[in-house]
Amino acid sequence: MDFPAVSLRAILPAIVILTTAALVLLLDLLPPRERKGHLAVVSLAGVVAALLATTWLWGGESRAFRGMVVLDGYALFLDLVICYAAGLVVLLSMDYLRERGLESGEYYALVLLATVGMMLMASAGDLIVVFLSLELMSLSLYVLAGYFRARLASGEAAMKYFLLGAFATSFFLYGIALVYGSTGTTNLDRIAASASRDSLMMVGVALLLVGFGFKISAVPFHMWAPDVYVGAPTSVTALIATGSKAAAFAALIRVLVTSLRSTQPDWTVLLWGLAAATMTVGNVVAIAQSNLKRMLAYSSVAHVGYMLIGLVAGGVFGTGAVLFYLLVYTFTTAGAFGVVLLLEHAGGEGVSLADYAGRARRHPILALVLSLFLLSLIGIPPFGGFVGKFYLFGAAVRSGYIGLAVIGALNTAVASYYYLRLIVYMYMREPEGVEAVSTPSFAGGLALAVALVGIVVLGVVPTPFIDLAQAAVTPLLR
Amino acid sequence: MILLVPGSYYTGLSAVLFAIGVTGVLVRRNPLVIFMSIEVMLNAANLALVAFGAQFRNADGQVLVFFVMTVAAAEVAVGLAIIVAIFRLRPRLSVDDLSAMRW
Amino acid sequence: MSTSVWLIPAFPLAGALVNAIFGRAIGRRAHWVAVPATAAAFVAACVTFSGVVRGATYTGQLYPWIVAGALKAGVSVQVDQLAAVMLLVVTGVGFLIHVYSIGYMQSDPGYARFFSYLNLFVFSMTMLVLASNYLLLYVFWEAVGLCSYLLIGFWYQRPAAAQAGKKAFIVNRVGDFGFGLGVIWLWTVAGTLQYAEVFARAGTLGRATATGIALLLFMGACGKSAQLPLHTWLPDAMEGPTPVSALIHAATMVTAGVYMVARSHALFERSGVALEVVAWVGGVTAIFAATIALVQTDIKRVLAYSTISQLGYMFAAVGVGAYTAGIFHLVTHAFFKALLFLGAGSIIHALGGEQDLRKMGGLAPRMVPTAVTMTIGAAGLAGVPGFAGFFSKDEILAAIYDGGSLGLWSLLLLGAFLTSVYAFRLLFLAFYCAPRMSPEAAHHVHESPTVMTVPLMVLAALTVVTGFAIGIPSGEGTLFAQFLAPVFPPHEVEHGGFGAYALLLLSVIVVAAGFLLAWLLYATRPVAPEDLGRPRTPIHALLFNAYYVDRMYDAVIVRPLFALSVLLARGFDAGVLDGAVNAVGRAVVAWAQGLRRVQTGYVVNYALTMLLGVVALVGFLLSR
Repeated sequence: MDFPAVSLRAILPAIVILTTAALVLLLDLLPPRERKGHLAVVSLAGVVAALLATTWLWGGESRAFRGMVVLDGYALFLDLVICYAAGLVVLLSMDYLRERGLESGEYYALVLLATVGMMLMASAGDLIVVFLSLELMSLSLYVLAGYFRARLASGEAAMKYFLLGAFATSFFLYGIALVYGSTGTTNLDRIAASASRDSLMMVGVALLLVGFGFKISAVPFHMWAPDVYVGAPTSVTALIATGSKAAAFAALIRVLVTSLRSTQPDWTVLLWGLAAATMTVGNVVAIAQSNLKRMLAYSSVAHVGYMLIGLVAGGVFGTGAVLFYLLVYTFTTAGAFGVVLLLEHAGGEGVSLADYAGRARRHPILALVLSLFLLSLIGIPPFGGFVGKFYLFGAAVRSGYIGLAVIGALNTAVASYYYLRLIVYMYMREPEGVEAVSTPSFAGGLALAVALVGIVVLGVVPTPFIDLAQAAVTPLLR
Repeated sequence: MILLVPGSYYTGLSAVLFAIGVTGVLVRRNPLVIFMSIEVMLNAANLALVAFGAQFRNADGQVLVFFVMTVAAAEVAVGLAIIVAIFRLRPRLSVDDLSAMRW
Repeated sequence: MSTSVWLIPAFPLAGALVNAIFGRAIGRRAHWVAVPATAAAFVAACVTFSGVVRGATYTGQLYPWIVAGALKAGVSVQVDQLAAVMLLVVTGVGFLIHVYSIGYMQSDPGYARFFSYLNLFVFSMTMLVLASNYLLLYVFWEAVGLCSYLLIGFWYQRPAAAQAGKKAFIVNRVGDFGFGLGVIWLWTVAGTLQYAEVFARAGTLGRATATGIALLLFMGACGKSAQLPLHTWLPDAMEGPTPVSALIHAATMVTAGVYMVARSHALFERSGVALEVVAWVGGVTAIFAATIALVQTDIKRVLAYSTISQLGYMFAAVGVGAYTAGIFHLVTHAFFKALLFLGAGSIIHALGGEQDLRKMGGLAPRMVPTAVTMTIGAAGLAGVPGFAGFFSKDEILAAIYDGGSLGLWSLLLLGAFLTSVYAFRLLFLAFYCAPRMSPEAAHHVHESPTVMTVPLMVLAALTVVTGFAIGIPSGEGTLFAQFLAPVFPPHEVEHGGFGAYALLLLSVIVVAAGFLLAWLLYATRPVAPEDLGRPRTPIHALLFNAYYVDRMYDAVIVRPLFALSVLLARGFDAGVLDGAVNAVGRAVVAWAQGLRRVQTGYVVNYALTMLLGVVALVGFLLSR
């Protein structure tokens, strides 16, 4: 019996993170048992090491496990996005957890395991791996969402996320079964080669889209998102909103543009509808929200709609624009949730719009930083959000989807209302009540600084990053 | 392997099982029962995978089924843990009670 | 030349940064940073201008910003005659208003912040003018909007100010949505966004395409320049400090739309229809806003509606192809309207914050410099012969008459009459009729400090001399037109001859009639404050409430959107849409296991919605 040659290169970044997770669990058992700060540092080191590994592997392409895992430029680009998301979340978690007395090894280990799942999703070359990595990510996130055991909201979030997530996963799995039934394989390239378009395939594609739609929270599979975002610990919310979405998009794009290429005319129309519904519902509903985390949840739903535009447009241009937007979105959203997290009270309060009245007076720097993130979300130059939207809408117009671009542009006009309202609340309202002024810690400040530099750099010198994104998707489209 | 009954019977059965699972999710209140219904859905998918695998005479389907079973076990562990954690905070358990967050 | 061009935006940017970062330490001395920065920018602009006069134009790139396939949009600038004129106006008027602000904002707690924003605006505006491609134009288009938002909401303690800032921003976003789409569309059909390349290829565009793009761009112009139907933000923007109203909402930013249309004339001409639309929107807005200005009681709102109306004139001119006339009016308007706003600010300063015309009157003897300069400004606005506004407005009217559009021409002639009425009404009510304020308020009236009156005098001088200096028509057009000739195609206007003199005479008569009417109504007898603010007739009420446009928008757009949002929020999360979801739920249940009633639980709700989605997706793909 001969074993297939295993190339560990292809999963090197994942291995680094996985090892770190194991190390964190191990260290958790060793003294000092009261203080857990070092665990976060170790986790962060692991993420940075994975980042370095990613850069080291840059430019090459390696496959392993008979094409089940593919580490190409595309996967590497997304590894970069995911590692940044994970790193920012770890940084943000340090003081957030310590202040609440909830620091533990499991938390960081779970964050790292979720990250491994995300990375493998980006480099999955087989539907089996897509499913497994999706589950690895999801299971870790379900637990993390319920991490604040003493808080009912956290438990409720975990329960909703878990039940609905498992529900969506079953559809996804059934979709895999049907695609397998139609093509006789689960390998993405071989599915593409079979070019099947029978009704089994059609239902299979629809069910796969349901599973992905849930993870990226596209309308009408988005309803878990606001509840989970509000109930989960804010650091976990940031991870769900950024990393898990990036990973789901990564797998979605790879599955759609490589293996389901033969059905492109079909799913393009579907995605058109999903994109229009997602951005419109997300933006319109966000207007009525008074809880900040909820508002950002709907806002993130809306941004998924924008990204779907790029997928509809297709081609190197559209798909590249999605990748670029994912990068921008990750920095911006992680940053925005980061500010919310730093301003949150220990009991989980302080996230309503009224709590933000006059924030600029007490926390001038945090308020300014949050305003800049919000301006990027609106799409005001010179921040990354503007360039990202320009590429997305430009790709849509280029491919002839002018209607979709118009809907998108109209949506950004609507969206400016609720983002701006938050800025107005922070700067132009009198503060209500008195509260202690807390200064953000070094770790939190570092996370925000990284995110802020990210959106400014992506807005001012976007060209190298757009080139990277386009180079990353080019092989997929061949 | 020789199929004693035509392959379409298996897929038909799996579709019915899947529908039963979906219905269970929709009509049941107790999270445990809902979760069991989801398990039915997963097993419906498993059945389809096995049947297709037999039809194509390759192992992909069967291999995936093993993974799914493992994943389902992990899901049970996580799901039960979450349910127990909530149970500690609120003894009477129905998903309807979990509606503090809305609008 | 290259250095002086880059220095123009660099100075104000540096000033803005210094005041933003060290504002707390600098405090009251903020003007020592901001004013020299603007002055330096003005000097640099003068150097650049003199270079352009000698015939040297300049294009240069700082670095390539966005490169997407064939599209290369860099941070690159272009100085030609049009840009040079705009730069002079922006930095020159900007400098005067900076100086004025030293006095006006003297005791404001946000002194450094104010100057930081103001410098940031000058930076953004100069970059907007300098930009050599549409993408960069769009970027700074947004940036000036942002500055405008920050400055309107500068006194954020007033809820009205915060509200007005938000409104300005959002209404502008509506316009920018069109602008952005237009830019993207242009890029896809022309493959480039560089002005020079786009205009070179304009002739190859399809007429319908050119019309679409031009109209989308014009939508942006409507937002920024407050033309119908996106004009509603400008009157509210008067909540900002008065120097801001003068600089941003009269002299510079609001004219960006006119500048953009004039700059893109090749595109608009290719379309033809788009130019027509521009002309008529301008003409209708001009008269629409002028009628509203007739009855307003807030001195700044009168001026705001007047600005909307005058911008309408500029668009009308540009729309008939009389670009130089439009830009000339832009320049003269910048002088006399900035003057009027600053004068109004001086009055408000003197009256301790009062901006209600009903509580003014008889101010002339107590504040002579303000009264004299504002009289000059009003004369400029009304178009009294000899003042700058007379030359530029006459140029526009003549061009439109020659263009053969008699309808538009008569509309604007009527507008000129109304302009004269409201300009002199404002003057009489504020300065020359009996005082209507309380005696103790009257006692406190004092002339503003020199630092405020000197800018007024400079602007007044400019209002007097500009027309004579560069606006006198000759065989080859005005001096101004000759200067701009390299940018714009020649627009043939018959000067001299009987027709031209008749037109001239007609506009003089119209202005005189307006003056007479205002004099009869407001100067011959004492005006009771009650007569001004309380509408007696339906028409008066209609005008007083600005045709109820705001209320209409509120009822038709704002409220329904909110209602929809709440409905969707509840519907999607639990509640309102249960009916629909339940119906499906019941069907599902009936099909599965008989009639077990669905007690809608929330998780179940979500799952049902997901199932609906599944059914929709599967059904759709199967039906294909």
